[in-house]
Amino acid sequence: MATQTSTTALPDTTAGPEFGRRWLEVVHEWVTTVDHKKIGIMYICYALIFLLVAGFEALLMRIQLAIPNNTFVSPQVFNRLFTMHGTTMVFFVGMPILFGFGNYLIPLMIGARDMAFPRLNAFGFWISAFGGLLLYFSYLGGDGLYGAGTAPDVGWFAYAPLTSPAFSVGHSTDYWTLALLLSGVGSVATALNMVATTICMRCPGMKLNRMPLLVWLYLVTSLMVFIAIGPLTAAQIMLMLDRFAGAHFFDTQAGGSAVLWMHFFWIFGHPEVYILVLPAFAFANEIIPVFSRKAIFGYPAMVAATIGIGFISLSVWAHHMFTVGMGAWANTFFTLATMVIAVPTGIKIFNWLATLWGGKIHFTVPMMFAVAFLFQFLIAGLTGIMLSVAPLDWQLGNSYFVVAHFHYVLVGAILMMIFAAFYCWSPKMTGRVLSEKLGKWHFWLFVIGFHLTFDFMHVPGLLGMPRRIYTYEADRGWMIWNLIVSSGAIFQAIGALVFVYNLVWSYFKGQLAGADPWDAWTLEWSTTSPPPAYNFAAIPSVGSRRPLWDLKHPEDPDSNYEM
Amino acid sequence: MGGTAVLFHNPREDWKLPSRGIVGMVCLIIAEAAIFIIFVVAYVFYLGKSLTGPTPRDVLELPIFTTICLLSSSFTVMGAVSALHRNKRNMCSLWLALTVLLGAIFIGGTAHEWYNLIYRDGLTIKTNLFGTTFYSLVGLHATHVVFGLCMLSLALLFSLRGQMTSKHTERLEVLSLYWHFVDGVWVVVFLVVYLFGR
Amino acid sequence: MLARQQWRSLAVLVQFASGHDPTSIFAPAGTPAHSIFGLSMLVLGITGAIFLVVEGLLLYVLLRYRYRETGSEPAQEPAQIYGSNQIELSWTVIPVLIVVILFLATARVIFSTELARKPAAALDVTVIGHQFWWEYRYPKLGIVTANELHIPVSDPSHPTPAYLTVSSADTDHSFWVPRLAGKTDLIPNKVNTMWIDPETAGLYLGQCAQYCGAQHAKMLIRVYADSPQQFAAWVAQQQKPAAEDPSAAEGEAVFQHNACISCHAVAGTVATGKFGPDLTHVASRDTIGSGSVPNTASNMRAWVDNPAHFKPGALMPEMHLNDHDLDAVTSYLMTLK
Repeated sequence: MATQTSTTALPDTTAGPEFGRRWLEVVHEWVTTVDHKKIGIMYICYALIFLLVAGFEALLMRIQLAIPNNTFVSPQVFNRLFTMHGTTMVFFVGMPILFGFGNYLIPLMIGARDMAFPRLNAFGFWISAFGGLLLYFSYLGGDGLYGAGTAPDVGWFAYAPLTSPAFSVGHSTDYWTLALLLSGVGSVATALNMVATTICMRCPGMKLNRMPLLVWLYLVTSLMVFIAIGPLTAAQIMLMLDRFAGAHFFDTQAGGSAVLWMHFFWIFGHPEVYILVLPAFAFANEIIPVFSRKAIFGYPAMVAATIGIGFISLSVWAHHMFTVGMGAWANTFFTLATMVIAVPTGIKIFNWLATLWGGKIHFTVPMMFAVAFLFQFLIAGLTGIMLSVAPLDWQLGNSYFVVAHFHYVLVGAILMMIFAAFYCWSPKMTGRVLSEKLGKWHFWLFVIGFHLTFDFMHVPGLLGMPRRIYTYEADRGWMIWNLIVSSGAIFQAIGALVFVYNLVWSYFKGQLAGADPWDAWTLEWSTTSPPPAYNFAAIPSVGSRRPLWDLKHPEDPDSNYEM
Repeated sequence: MGGTAVLFHNPREDWKLPSRGIVGMVCLIIAEAAIFIIFVVAYVFYLGKSLTGPTPRDVLELPIFTTICLLSSSFTVMGAVSALHRNKRNMCSLWLALTVLLGAIFIGGTAHEWYNLIYRDGLTIKTNLFGTTFYSLVGLHATHVVFGLCMLSLALLFSLRGQMTSKHTERLEVLSLYWHFVDGVWVVVFLVVYLFGR
Repeated sequence: MLARQQWRSLAVLVQFASGHDPTSIFAPAGTPAHSIFGLSMLVLGITGAIFLVVEGLLLYVLLRYRYRETGSEPAQEPAQIYGSNQIELSWTVIPVLIVVILFLATARVIFSTELARKPAAALDVTVIGHQFWWEYRYPKLGIVTANELHIPVSDPSHPTPAYLTVSSADTDHSFWVPRLAGKTDLIPNKVNTMWIDPETAGLYLGQCAQYCGAQHAKMLIRVYADSPQQFAAWVAQQQKPAAEDPSAAEGEAVFQHNACISCHAVAGTVATGKFGPDLTHVASRDTIGSGSVPNTASNMRAWVDNPAHFKPGALMPEMHLNDHDLDAVTSYLMTLK
């Protein structure tokens, strides 16, 4: 079934009053929808817009840092830029885009018609969206006391007591706190929906060990959201009480502890980065097998490794605090826990390699991004191991080495897999394939830019350059490296623009995809592209992990072999 | 089911999965528990660290009566669920009314305690670390109780109007799970604040 | 001939490294930095090896198993392999072993640095972080100064490390001089300790490494490792009360009758302010503005006139002095050697 009535296409561009009314109908349909597919697409589009905005903020920072003692932006503006860039990327790009894909794919992959709680789904989206708008309203919110009432400038982790009323006058910090409180509510709502859907709405025959790995990873991610967002919410409530009700949670003058904020924040913050990375693993688990034409190697180990990562990630948080003075025993414990998490993560990388081994690898654009992910994620993990060595972190912590490391994970691994997911699943969402040619331009521009920026960014860290500085001295020897780093940003910017162009152009002119353009094996490829509102005409039932493989290879079904 | 792949739904299939409502509420409870744990940790961490008085020992009295009321309300809400399951709607209304009453007594008792703490003992959230952590932890819990009371009152209203039948049992059970959680949190708060911390 | 050339290039390289990279973690000049450097070599070795092996495998797999068009018949799917217990076990065990080795090596350095025994001859310095400057107090020597830390060089056979007791008066800061040691955070209401023992005399650079507000970037650190004689001379100079130069009397009057004394201290005068750096010997320093501005008369004048000219966001306000008073107070400050 290659052609179908599309429920997500824009109306014809006919002129006249009908046109206006049709547009209004479309907008109304999207604003009031509870369909997981539409909500997923809204999450993704919303995140894409913020990706461009936060990327622009990064570009401004890199221009400022290209040469020492530059005056492109003032210190105050720079400090707001890095705060907004980090906060936006984590909460209003990373989380929504990953929730968006999850929202779209999970019901389709488990043979369900929608999520468990469709209205809660819509609520989660809109409250998160409002949070993002609130955060950005801060740029317009005007000057408060001492001209400090604009965008927050306390860093994305907002350490106390810099956030106390004494040091953070006006309302800029309040925008940060409230926006994140709201988006946290949305995250918990979506995670709750994903767990309930996965546990309660699988189609007949789809036992837990027959679910696509993507669904498993989103299940673990969602459970982590419950455990991780709570501490952030609690800490932010405490911060608001300090700022508005005269409480003393982080008021060091009254005996409060600055370190307590750090503990609470990182108890959230570390699992948060795993919440961001597990969906990237989820995409890899679906894309790598399909484009190497082999089943994933070691499905049970992948599930076990994911659960292991989920648990261990709750115990490593203070590796962000090695320099805080926790004492030798605490530093040693957190070093060990952080190193231990490398084991299940390494297992995943090896399993992906083993999946590729003996396969027939098709270098389509999604696979190219997946390969870049593999190459880059290993490096990110290795620099993470370096940082887990507490004494080395005493040198490299809070330096550009750390910035390079986490951007290697966030951009080199996560964003790359998000791009791969776009190229893989947007045909399903829109009915049209994205252009391979534009995709390859996007890929090469972005990967070259990525390596120019983030490979060389490790060097200033090794040479003593701390992070969050609006400028630096000329005598430190950091200039050449910063110049190279900044130049890479331009390639990434162009690559991102090519990507957006590809999305728009292909939406109108791309080749029709059909139900299953990649000859894949999970249930979402058994419906039309895009799927009808009800997903499946009849709820399917399955006998193995790759139901479409079984259909296409009835002589040799998966169920004969699965471990 | 080896060998067969994607079929139309076989009605003889016995494929039973857990209830969405229960799973959803359990997830919510885990998330809320995480928030409460952090407030409890802050409370315990700051014990003995206030720079000025009053201290817990100076001003806190064991809230035995209100605790008994709140914990009993867990039993009464169980009674309501069980009554509804057996389609005994009037009993259900009665149990629900009792639950709301017991919860309201708890809130009233908390309000009374706070009135004394503020006006008699001079302890506010601004006073010292104890005030900060006490009011926030107990207040967070009280907020959850109030929310629960609102939902229970709604259920009571539906029950009195005859709109609740045995087929709504599971929904009431989901609400009762929330109520049990709130009571469970109080057990922890009671132990930490009024026993261990004093 | 060749050997000597090679040695010369190596020496030039090292000098280049420490001269052009004054804050490189790979140019250690003190014991804590040395032990971290040694550990980092082990870590780089292990991670480098993992990188070569795994990325090598990845590249091999991508090349060997890429899809090649074989003609008109439909491509056959490759053999489907679902897993292998032995293989999966081996690539679990090997990483665990690597973790054990790395962990033990790390634990040793953690304990040896943090629980090092303090020699009797150690110098005690209290470091207090402020937005955006460093306060240094030598409790046993009765010295209070700011922004430029003088300590004696430490001879390994007779160690005289400087033991820094660090805290903050406002927000979080972090003391990082890469060539001497890893960084330690300065946290209000918390006291941390660290130690440094430079092995050669010279100037060691660093800066604040925990975001502390608008001028975090210019909260620079200058550690002067002095020879024993130099250090003794510096101590003697710092222990003297403020210079009383009669030609600067007018400037002193301007200083004492304006708001200066509410933030700054000059030992032996009515100025006892604690919010800003101690100025008793300000003219003896190479820099002002916490290392960000060379200490010359014209810079001093410009700073006093409006610190935001150099450090927008610094907490010292514009002083609104007229030109005459500005000149006078500048010459006064420049006499405070």
